[in-house]
Amino acid sequence: MSYSALAVSAVVVVVGVDLAVLRTRMVTRPVFWVAYAIVLAFQLLINGVLTGRGVVVYDPAAIWGPRIAYAPVEDLLFGFAMVTLTLASWAAVNRRANTASRRGRDTRTRRSSTR
Amino acid sequence: MGHPTYLALLAGCLAVTAPLELLLRVRVYARWRRFLLAVVPEFVVFVGWTLYAIARGHWRYDAAQTLGLRFPGGLPVEEVLFFLIVPLCAVLTLEAVARVTGWNPGYSVDE
Repeated sequence: MSYSALAVSAVVVVVGVDLAVLRTRMVTRPVFWVAYAIVLAFQLLINGVLTGRGVVVYDPAAIWGPRIAYAPVEDLLFGFAMVTLTLASWAAVNRRANTASRRGRDTRTRRSSTR
Repeated sequence: MGHPTYLALLAGCLAVTAPLELLLRVRVYARWRRFLLAVVPEFVVFVGWTLYAIARGHWRYDAAQTLGLRFPGGLPVEEVLFFLIVPLCAVLTLEAVARVTGWNPGYSVDE
């Protein structure tokens, strides 16, 4: 698969994971989009340096061609998938940990009330 | 041994976001075990993607601007750090936005 095809697939899969697998629904939350906008600004800066200075060099045959701040547009999809998967996973891990700690407290409360 | 251009950018990302932990008390570094658990899917998928991209020649790294330390598959040590540091910065950003706006960060906040 070309980088372009992989990048589009990654966005579709990650949004599916967020909505249907982890059910964290990050892409429906304003907090996610504000955070993503900030990360995107830094991505354009950092990625611009990496590609503009030629730290990373792309095969023209593997990409569509259009570039934003020196980087192939596919990098925006790559970055979106990466950030979205990370934040959905972070929300899922915290949801799980907080639920477990709540259950722990409930258990202790029940025990003391039966004493 | 090449120039640490890439490494310097990653260090910059950490330096810019670290004050969020101290000033806004977002407690991401404090929850480092949760972060390490949460980053696993992203790390596995994107390191795998990058190994495939290197093997297929989708992109390559300039030896003069990276440290020159490569994992098997030609993966630069900086790229491995990238897939840990950028998620850390993204999580710090999410928590900072939640803290400043008062919005739910995507999970029910327990205390």
